Amino acid sequence: MAEVLVLVDHVDGEIKKTTYELLTAAKALGSPSAVVVGGAGAADKLADGLTEHGADKIYAAETDSTDFLAPEVAVLESLIGSAAGVLISASANGKEVAGRLAVRTGSGLLSDVVGVTGDGVQHSIFGGAYTAEAKANTEHPVITVRPGAIDIEASAGAGARESVEVPAASGRQATVTGREPIQGGSRPELTEATVIVSGGRGVGSAEDFTVVEGLADSLGAAVGASRAAVDSGYYPPQFQVGQTGKSVSPQLYIALGISGAIQHRAGMQTSKTIVAVNKDEEAPIFEVADFGIVGDLFKVAPQLQDEVTKRKG
Amino acid sequence: MKIVTLVKQVADTYSERKLSDSDHTLDREGTEAVIDEINERAVEQALLLKEAAGDGEVVVVCMGPDRASDAIRKALSMGADSAVHLSDEAIHGSCAVQTARALTKLIGTVEGWDLVIAGNSASDGQVAAVPAMVADLLGVPALTWANELSVSGSTVTVKRETDDGVTHLSAELPAVVSVGEKSNEPRYPSFKGIMAAKKKPVNNLDLAGAGIDGSEVGLANALVSVTSSAPKPPKQAGEKVTDEGDGGAKIAEYLVGQKLI
Repeated sequence: MAEVLVLVDHVDGEIKKTTYELLTAAKALGSPSAVVVGGAGAADKLADGLTEHGADKIYAAETDSTDFLAPEVAVLESLIGSAAGVLISASANGKEVAGRLAVRTGSGLLSDVVGVTGDGVQHSIFGGAYTAEAKANTEHPVITVRPGAIDIEASAGAGARESVEVPAASGRQATVTGREPIQGGSRPELTEATVIVSGGRGVGSAEDFTVVEGLADSLGAAVGASRAAVDSGYYPPQFQVGQTGKSVSPQLYIALGISGAIQHRAGMQTSKTIVAVNKDEEAPIFEVADFGIVGDLFKVAPQLQDEVTKRKG
Repeated sequence: MKIVTLVKQVADTYSERKLSDSDHTLDREGTEAVIDEINERAVEQALLLKEAAGDGEVVVVCMGPDRASDAIRKALSMGADSAVHLSDEAIHGSCAVQTARALTKLIGTVEGWDLVIAGNSASDGQVAAVPAMVADLLGVPALTWANELSVSGSTVTVKRETDDGVTHLSAELPAVVSVGEKSNEPRYPSFKGIMAAKKKPVNNLDLAGAGIDGSEVGLANALVSVTSSAPKPPKQAGEKVTDEGDGGAKIAEYLVGQKLI
């Protein structure tokens, strides 16, 4: 069975959950080979988890290069010849590695897919308003997979280790001169969260976003905001959900005081369950909500928070 | 300093976007066409650099149908100096790799550029890789998702901000940069700018003019194909109840029923 390369997504030796999603998806195409590009010993720390989630092979490419993303591209380029395809997380970095790899190797680029089968891939586009099936017309397509789209199935692979060289970068590269970790605080990341509580214009002020945060914390949820709330300065832009912010697909999405402009719905309508609270019973958010309360979020949200806390206690 | 900015016309994200039934490409007839918002930030960034340097030139590069000239005019009315527009029936349906190759050829028609500035991710395809692909093809560094950018001498530095945190990047010119949502606030074209834009030179090219062979672009030669597409059945609106003082409790009840809490 042909091998399928999976670029391991990790930060400072900590695996990102999306890697296991990629390994699960890779099994539909062939035998998963995890490719770890990182500092000395990076693969050692990740090997057990990768094997448990289906990696038949683990390529360890150790490098201390400060070239930005060039080692990842070069390693995948050196391995792609015998592969049935390459799977990469559809993160900002992942998309870029995938694009550069595709132009170098003349491979079809299938971007931000939500499903992978032997016949092709599935896309969910325009914020979930359309589904599309696509396929590559080349050898070894390069596929980026949307985080959260694949349900992880743990089934152990052979986990055979192999060290590979990191080829020298071709062409001039950007140099990394510093990194700062994400300052997300103690709440989960928006794109990885299983529950998200978002606030919109109806929250009314930056101070009152504590109502959104309070409910979120009771549920162990991430906090999001609509564009209207961000543009009004109620909440920082990195938490914006929607077409120009983040696209999210959690198990549960609770929209507080969000009218549901098409821009916003495009970023959240693929959530499994949607609950909306809005004063305006005509608000379009109710068209996509599984459960809606027409009412004042400042009364409803704290009551819900109490109920959640009670049940936990 | 000579700066190329990549501009794309897209369907307005505030309108309902559709795919055509026949070939699964964007149904341009059915949607409002606008310059992609992020490209206004790319143009703004180029203008800021030009103004800071005291002299220079900003050249808009665009591929797309004839009506994309509206997007180009918007960029020119903001203050860009000239434009190159590839419009040819044959580019319809090109995939990301083909698009990157064609843009690289178009950039090649601009002599002596120092910097290419693009948006980080188009609002329609969201491939979010074309700037880096173009950089790879040009053999120059890619500094992408920049929310801060500065040029000092022949060195460009950016603050890259993504979900993975902040990365500081630096490279020698020439280079490709893509800008993010927080990079700047684009200016509104002034009346004077709008009038001046009408007289600014636009180099309208077809494939032959851009030195691109027909086999390198287009739906039939694409490296990937969409085999089917369908609008998702609209989500059925669920239960909607008016709060009578027990709204929060009712949500809790619903969530318990769905095994969500």
